[in-house]
Amino acid sequence: MTLFSAAHHRWLAMLALLGLVVFPLAMQALDQSFYIGFACRIMIYAIAASSLNLILGNGGMVSFGHAAFLGAGAYVVGIMMEEGIVSAWISWPVAVLASGLFALLIGALSLRTRGVYFIMITLAFAQMMYYLFISLKAYGGEDGLSLPGRSSLELGSLSLNLKDEFTWYYLVLLLMVLVLYALHRLMQARFGRVIEAIRENEARMEAIGFATYRYKLVCFVIAGALCGLAGALLANQNSFVSPKLIEWTQSGTLMVMVILGGVGYHYGGAIGALVMLVLEEVISSYTIYWQLPVGLILLAIVLWAPTGICGAFSRRAQHGKGH
Amino acid sequence: MSWILILEQSLNGLQFGLMLFLLAAGLTLVFGIMDMINLAHGSLYMVGAYLMATLTQASGSYWIGLPLAVLATAAVGMLLEVSILRRLYQRDHMTQVLATFALILISNELVRIIWGAQPVMLNTPDALSGPVDLLPGLSYSAYRLLIIGVGLVVAVLLYFLVTRTRTGMLVRAGASNREMATAMGVDIKRLFTLVFGFGAALCAVAGAMLGPILAVQVGMGENILILAFVVIVIGGIGSIRGALVGSMLVGVVDTIGRAFLPHLFREFLPPAMASNLGPAVASILIYVLMAGVLFWKPQGLFPARG
Repeated sequence: MTLFSAAHHRWLAMLALLGLVVFPLAMQALDQSFYIGFACRIMIYAIAASSLNLILGNGGMVSFGHAAFLGAGAYVVGIMMEEGIVSAWISWPVAVLASGLFALLIGALSLRTRGVYFIMITLAFAQMMYYLFISLKAYGGEDGLSLPGRSSLELGSLSLNLKDEFTWYYLVLLLMVLVLYALHRLMQARFGRVIEAIRENEARMEAIGFATYRYKLVCFVIAGALCGLAGALLANQNSFVSPKLIEWTQSGTLMVMVILGGVGYHYGGAIGALVMLVLEEVISSYTIYWQLPVGLILLAIVLWAPTGICGAFSRRAQHGKGH
Repeated sequence: MSWILILEQSLNGLQFGLMLFLLAAGLTLVFGIMDMINLAHGSLYMVGAYLMATLTQASGSYWIGLPLAVLATAAVGMLLEVSILRRLYQRDHMTQVLATFALILISNELVRIIWGAQPVMLNTPDALSGPVDLLPGLSYSAYRLLIIGVGLVVAVLLYFLVTRTRTGMLVRAGASNREMATAMGVDIKRLFTLVFGFGAALCAVAGAMLGPILAVQVGMGENILILAFVVIVIGGIGSIRGALVGSMLVGVVDTIGRAFLPHLFREFLPPAMASNLGPAVASILIYVLMAGVLFWKPQGLFPARG
């Protein structure tokens, strides 16, 4: 059915994981420590893009305001740190919960509309959030908030130093693998099947007795909460939060990552984040006008490879239709 | 808070609303007829403003620069439609978002390469640089009055073009039912290139008018684009009348909100908090308006599709 069978997939995933585990060691040996931080950024965006892929690809809900949850998660960590709460055990779960709660509110209202109107209303909510954080002068307003450092993380009597690039890298890697695995299990479970069936034919699912609105809302909340985790990590990664995280172009970029990687493919979000950020990095090292080639490449992909990178390697071409 | 201030802010709101209408009119037709989300519409506004700055400088006159810039931007728009956008009509909305997002990146970077990263100067024509006394005690910028005048003239012309002419009838037919219009023998393809060029020309008018007031810079189209989307969603996608009502609503609510909410909050909040909260709530107001409209009238105020 696909170019790579399921067994091949498992092997490729294991190989990729192995590569990710030895990556920082190799970079340090090559004296290229900069790339360890860069890889962390990619993995964090991989979480964010994968969470968007859950609603966009699997659920068929084209949300144009996903950056709202990235920003919410980041700001929760930032604000709590500013108020003296640095423990990751407290601030990260709160970030996830808060983003999930925002997603519940936004989703409950937005999911009453469909199609283009859904795209626009999610965008509107993200814009509201954007202006809300701009108005928070106590927490930096438009200029953003510089954080004193990273969250602290205690495991029993052991205190992990998250400022250490290696510790940080492996923590981010662990979280990304956990999120991807959880999403995989979720989509294999009954819930995932129902969500995909709703995408294919909502009227029929409703007719055979599924509460489609509630399923979609739960899916939206899960995606928001996971993106909040990515936001919490991003705040730590950059030691900085600002309203720029919630700008509509950020929502656009997340969407671009998903479409680039492959809408509805399990690794679509992760691969899209990888390719997009590497493209940016490579091209911007050659020219300050990096947006021009990136834009041209995106356009070329849209016109000639509409199913994204995963789609190009798989024959299930119609898998990722948006709506 | 005197009535003069209220009048002045209402004029500002009217001026902003009319300019939004110029952008929203093109956007709503593109959206309505071809069911196409065009994020690059704001880029045409930016290109229009830059061309205006260059052509005004080259010709030495605002009044020669304006028509040239409008024509040039219309040409750019039609070229864009024929070369790229035409391929996207049959694709899903997500793909359109991605493609036109790519176009934003490309056009921003091209503008930066051609004109540089610094904002470009575009001055008001000398004759209109001062204020005029409208009423005793109310003096208002002559240039802003010109914007209101141009906006009104274009809005009326557009309204007649769409509701009273044969071309306008075809456009409306296309917006309310594309398949049926095609079946009745309307050359939708050509019509659409035309509509797109027209929309681009309106963008250029807005860019040229607002250029001297706001900064002519890279990325100027992005924020106003989102406002234009809010307008057309409120008004009902594909409806010119909806776009007009929506722009007025958004323009006035936004301007009045920004001007008076901080005052209002000062009545019952500590001053520091009021001056922070006022502008934020004012910015959020139009999105609340949009969410409210969508909640109670999911098709917008004036649904175009029959």
